[in-house]
Amino acid sequence: MLLIDCPHCGPRNEVEYAYGGQAHVARPEDPYALDDREWAEYLFYRDNPRGDYAERWHHTGGCRKWFNAIRDTATYEFRATYPAGTSRPGTGSGAPSDGASSASSTHEGVQP
Amino acid sequence: MAQMLPEHPEFLWRNPEPAAGYDVVIVGGGGHGLATAYYLASVHGITNVAILEKGWLAGGNMARNTTIIRSNYLWDESAGMYEKALKLWEGWPEELEYDFLFSQRGVMNLAHTLQDVRDSERRVYANRLGGIDSQWLTPQEAQEVCPILNVADDIRYPVLGGTYQPRAGIAKHDHVAWALARKCDEMGVDIIQNCEVTGFVKDGDRVVGVETNRGRINAGKVGLAAAGSSSLLADLAGFRLPIQSHPLQALVSELFEPVHPTVVMSNHVHVYVSQAHKGELVMGAGVDTYNGYGQRGSFHVIEEQMAAAVELFPIFARAHVLRTWGGIVDTTLDASPIISTTPIDDLFVNCGWGTGGFKATPAAGMTFAHTIATGSPHPLNEAFTLERFETGHLIDEHGAAAVAH
Repeated sequence: MLLIDCPHCGPRNEVEYAYGGQAHVARPEDPYALDDREWAEYLFYRDNPRGDYAERWHHTGGCRKWFNAIRDTATYEFRATYPAGTSRPGTGSGAPSDGASSASSTHEGVQP
Repeated sequence: MAQMLPEHPEFLWRNPEPAAGYDVVIVGGGGHGLATAYYLASVHGITNVAILEKGWLAGGNMARNTTIIRSNYLWDESAGMYEKALKLWEGWPEELEYDFLFSQRGVMNLAHTLQDVRDSERRVYANRLGGIDSQWLTPQEAQEVCPILNVADDIRYPVLGGTYQPRAGIAKHDHVAWALARKCDEMGVDIIQNCEVTGFVKDGDRVVGVETNRGRINAGKVGLAAAGSSSLLADLAGFRLPIQSHPLQALVSELFEPVHPTVVMSNHVHVYVSQAHKGELVMGAGVDTYNGYGQRGSFHVIEEQMAAAVELFPIFARAHVLRTWGGIVDTTLDASPIISTTPIDDLFVNCGWGTGGFKATPAAGMTFAHTIATGSPHPLNEAFTLERFETGHLIDEHGAAAVAH
């Protein structure tokens, strides 16, 4: 059972939350400019690292707000949680591990 | 004790040191890797093959699944693949000369809502048109097949009926792996355990070998069959897979006298239950929702599947959980597998089986071996290539496959 620290409500049981997959995936500025390969990347391809992962959670049983977390996918330990629309914080272990999807403010409101 | 287990052959496989190179290197010594090597050697005559396993043979999902075998999938592409697998399962005990307790005790998929009933009947008709044995059972007929099933109408989700595939069943998974390993070894395949791939050696866009914790191994071709770890290998090789790795948990009870004659699955209350030959009740359910490589999941998932099991089978209320465990399953967005060439020449991938890999073991091995040996897909896996995510020809088995993934 995970204990997840909602940035708005504080630590709550995992059963109050729904998982939202990779965070900071920006919707393409101009979808019509993409070829099929690029569109497939946006729709179906997500990072799947073993280790620190920036991901989205939804506090469905609480404030009903989406927020982001950095969690280790091997140990399941949460490094940080932070509100949607803010940049990915440093994890204390150097640079973010998936720099390809670096934090930006363009992801706000994007649904999986 | 419900049933004595058969004796094993005196000799199973060697533990060779890796050679300098092989015609084909298979990464992953689980069921799919073993079956692939078996068909490379037995059908395509390619015996200079190594299987590299980072842990011990068949210690990943092959050791952790709930051993259900069925082919009642909705879409033609999936039904073709899984029905081929079921036909191969029917011949394997004799072909592999190994009694791995393949038991065609049937699989029942319950319906609890009117929409479940409509979807289930549609799947029965689709399966029959495809030549797959399938029938619709009323609640009373379901109880005749499985007398301990609770078909009362006073539970939260009453059983409104179910589909039944009589040729489906279970097999003893670890014995399947040992049977394949024995035959592979006999044909000259090197099974190398405790050998983790740490990188790929490339010549331009072509793979020519792998780096491992036991040194470099050259390879004419490389096939990945690493389930939940597929994305990590693809990262090392320099391409992406549309895969998310999730924990999937299962559990067993202590041993009981035989009470459960078939396999019962419920998508709606979400549990599946069979009774192993030794007598344990074997149960599983859905994946933990978050990405995870930890081979463990959260306890509330176990709690929910137990609640579902006790509602469907009140006789289980006083059974004890003996142990729970988790594997890492490689899920795709359309809940269908990938057996494909990759952007890198001579590198092939078999992954994305999610929660359904065990039942497909023979057909996955057969089609992946064909893909590696000839460089192009077998007719059965033509639809399961990576290209489908670009063309949009998805094989959407979410829910349609009789159970949620």
